[in-house]
Amino acid sequence: MLEMRNVAKMVGGEYHIHPTNLALDRGTLNVLLGPTLSGKTSLMRLMAGLDRPTSGSVYFDGADVTGVAVQKRNVAMVYQQFINYPALTVYENIASPMRIAGKDAATIDREVRRAAELLRLTPYLDRTPLNLSGGQQQRTALARALVKNASLVLMDEPLANLDYKLREELREELPKIFAQSGAIFVYATTEPSEALLLGGNTATLSEGRITQFGPTIEVYRRPADLVTAKTFADPPLNFINVVKSGGSFRYQEADSLAVPPHLSGVPDGPVTIAFHPHHLGLTAQTGNAAKLKAQTQISEITGSESFVHMHYDGVRWVMLAPGIHEIDPDTEIELFLDTRHLMAFGTDGRAIAAAA
Amino acid sequence: MARITLDHIRHAYGPNPKSDAAYALREVDHEWADGGAYALLGPSGCGKTTLLNIISGLLQPSHGRILFDGNDVTNLSTQERNIAQVFQFPVIYDTMTVYDNLAFPLRNRGIAEPDVDRRVREMLEIIDLSDWSNRKAQRLTADQKQKISLGRGLVRNDVNAILFDEPLTVIDPHMKWVLRSQLKRFHKQFGFTMVYVTHDQTEALTFADKVVVMYDGQIVQIGTPAELFERPSHTFVGYFIGSPGMNVMPAEVHGSTITLGSEAIALDHAPKIAAGDKVELGIRPEFIRIGREGMPVTVTRVEDIGRRKIVRANLAGQPIAIVASEDIEFPTEPRVTFDPGALNIYANSWRVGREA
Amino acid sequence: MEKTWNNKAWFLVLPVLLLVAFSAAIPLMTVVNYSVQDTFGNNAFFWAGTDWFDDILHSARFWEALQRNLLFSFIILALEIPLGIFIALNMPKKGIGVPVCLVLMALPLLIPWNVVGTIWQVFGRVDIGLLGHTLAALGIDYNYVRDPLDAWITVVVMDVWHWTSLVVLLCYAGLVSIPDAYYQAAKIDGASRWSVFRYIQLPKMKRVLLIAVLLRFMDSFMIYTEPFVVTGGGPGNSTTFLSIDLVKTAVGQFDLGPAAAMSIVYFLIILLLSWIFYTVMTSSDADN
Repeated sequence: MLEMRNVAKMVGGEYHIHPTNLALDRGTLNVLLGPTLSGKTSLMRLMAGLDRPTSGSVYFDGADVTGVAVQKRNVAMVYQQFINYPALTVYENIASPMRIAGKDAATIDREVRRAAELLRLTPYLDRTPLNLSGGQQQRTALARALVKNASLVLMDEPLANLDYKLREELREELPKIFAQSGAIFVYATTEPSEALLLGGNTATLSEGRITQFGPTIEVYRRPADLVTAKTFADPPLNFINVVKSGGSFRYQEADSLAVPPHLSGVPDGPVTIAFHPHHLGLTAQTGNAAKLKAQTQISEITGSESFVHMHYDGVRWVMLAPGIHEIDPDTEIELFLDTRHLMAFGTDGRAIAAAA
Repeated sequence: MARITLDHIRHAYGPNPKSDAAYALREVDHEWADGGAYALLGPSGCGKTTLLNIISGLLQPSHGRILFDGNDVTNLSTQERNIAQVFQFPVIYDTMTVYDNLAFPLRNRGIAEPDVDRRVREMLEIIDLSDWSNRKAQRLTADQKQKISLGRGLVRNDVNAILFDEPLTVIDPHMKWVLRSQLKRFHKQFGFTMVYVTHDQTEALTFADKVVVMYDGQIVQIGTPAELFERPSHTFVGYFIGSPGMNVMPAEVHGSTITLGSEAIALDHAPKIAAGDKVELGIRPEFIRIGREGMPVTVTRVEDIGRRKIVRANLAGQPIAIVASEDIEFPTEPRVTFDPGALNIYANSWRVGREA
Repeated sequence: MEKTWNNKAWFLVLPVLLLVAFSAAIPLMTVVNYSVQDTFGNNAFFWAGTDWFDDILHSARFWEALQRNLLFSFIILALEIPLGIFIALNMPKKGIGVPVCLVLMALPLLIPWNVVGTIWQVFGRVDIGLLGHTLAALGIDYNYVRDPLDAWITVVVMDVWHWTSLVVLLCYAGLVSIPDAYYQAAKIDGASRWSVFRYIQLPKMKRVLLIAVLLRFMDSFMIYTEPFVVTGGGPGNSTTFLSIDLVKTAVGQFDLGPAAAMSIVYFLIILLLSWIFYTVMTSSDADN
């Protein structure tokens, strides 16, 4: 288990990582999700031992490893750039950590072939990395991380430089490949959809702080605060500021919508309501739908679905509706909001009652 | 703005290409409408960037001509072709202010300063950077820089076409949404001919009126997002568009019945298949319904990706993916039905049309 | 990029620290020690206080030598930097020409200082030197032994020949790191050759230029070997730079005290000027 106890990193009088507590279990996949410069890489460097925290301690399996050099920690790292030894063949690249560790030739050969098989590199073992595609180069780097048999594997946006479809494939393979090894996996990404596809646990980061940590789908469905909700939403969330009084949310001069049962515990007063674009629709999908009117801006068609960008009471919203809806700009349209999935946040940004 | 004619264009990087395989671009013969928004979509190495460079004038095609509004521009330089281009990484003049960056192409063309000022201010308004006009461009965020690159193209209102080379690569997911819809709005507003190169299907489909899918140096299909989604003309298009891609399973056709292993599906017509053709059935995960009726499947895994669930299952010995809603509940003995209108039949990887 | 934290790093640094101590700190302290004392040999020293510094700062010989140094460095920078940039801009960016040019450029840098001096000393001689003889045959009155201007031209040309390559190589490294997209964008924007240089190439070369200017300034300000070999500081004192004057004082006249004081003043001037260059050239990064 990797534990960070009150770990903080300051650079030039500013926190790059605010005091952080985090415990990651063996055999788990943990996603660090946040935009560029939110502290994902800094946090990974602290976990690896590449940086020493300004304060706090890092424990591995109960032992304090705070000042221990990265070479002694049995850590593997995979970067966004495809980092391989350009002069070595794929075989030698994969073998390199075991050669350093002084393993015997038979073990090395067995392990290299096993890893190559898993990552579908067997036909390319005799090539050098520069003669491979980007996906194959990154697979070589992954294979090297795999044979190192590290107890902590850190992956910093490993798929960001790959084609969309290749990403999709590797993303599916990665959890399977690493599941058996029993190591702790940490995977940094800027993309919420990637976190959801990988599953496991997710820690959302914003401005050097972990805003929430838990099973990925839980964090997505029940964000603890507004910042987490915004970080973990792609397409972006929609918001309305309303005032709750009794059984209704008042959102415009005269309009209101009935408070759905799961939010009945919300105290009266100002509340920010958030919901995902696919909970808006052009037709009422359930009995709990509320009717709203908005001004369209632009429609984007993905082939099977449409993103309709619109203004609601001066606020930008996006609707994701199944089917193809090419709606003219600046048209007033009628929408239905599925209130079963509403999230509510107080004026302090904390979640009051999460969507069911 | 111009109509772009690609007249039998072929391109090879090496001299004296011997075979088709030596061509980075095998044969492109198309006409793109004035004011159209086109996306060139494909994996890396498919020839999309080669085609873009031929349009921009950076590359001379080995064979064929390129025409703007019927005028042969094959031998004209990039500058003479009067196009604008936005690159993968923002290209800005670091030492200039935002204002001067936008004024640069106008001043280079000797436009009078009052006109320059008027147009730059208009453009600052459009790209939403008026408040930043006197800042050094170096200090902006990636998305702001990318808007400047775009603005430098748009500010010249006489350009023949605007070319985009994976312009959202370095942009965070949240900003991608904003920039993408703004791009689309510019297109609607100004009616430029736009060509957008990407490997990301979401970007291609949402941006373009017509998506040009490329594979292995050839255009495999040009169509609207809906056409590509519903009627992929090649199994590659089925695989490449959609996530997960289309399920493609080996099948047999007998008259107007298609069989998958032991399962038979009745068709409303008899597809024309020649003896010895490799026959496959394609069905998108979105068009498979899971319930108590139809063909029995064994569910192997369910991935909860937030707004929907991806069900991995086995049907007649074949792995299939099914997209289900987030609220789905499985029956104990799940069965699936295919939407009859969404079945595609392929002979040797090419789609067999109803009329064929 | 942050540095890795590791206690053992200090052991790795230790040899360098010792080396610096013996090669720089201890000699420097010795010089400071000499500069405040007088000696007549036999290891007998007398306290002289700041007398030597007073003498030097009031000596016309020192100020003249300093002026020569400043003029020389100014001429060197004014010639080598633009010339270096110009050559770098015109060097091929790909193909067989690249290694050929790089090797040609590196050649003068591989020749030791005194050899360069000797080459030019012979080359420029009117009686047997190819250059001197040719110029004389053309009716041009050139003689670096007799004419101070000719002596200066020889030393300057020699330095330009020897060191412009360094500027070229640094600038070339800066230029090849500019992505193609910048040039494409400039073409599309209709930028002139000059604009491309002014707004793309120069800003991207700024960092290497800073290093080039600093290196060439420090080095030219400390010039010794070449003029010593070619002109020996003459004719008259016309090419007697601070360094030559210093050696004359210390080794020729064995005036250790004044020589030590002079070294310190010399050292401080270089330090000050380098600092000024550095501050001025990096300040534009911080503005706005």
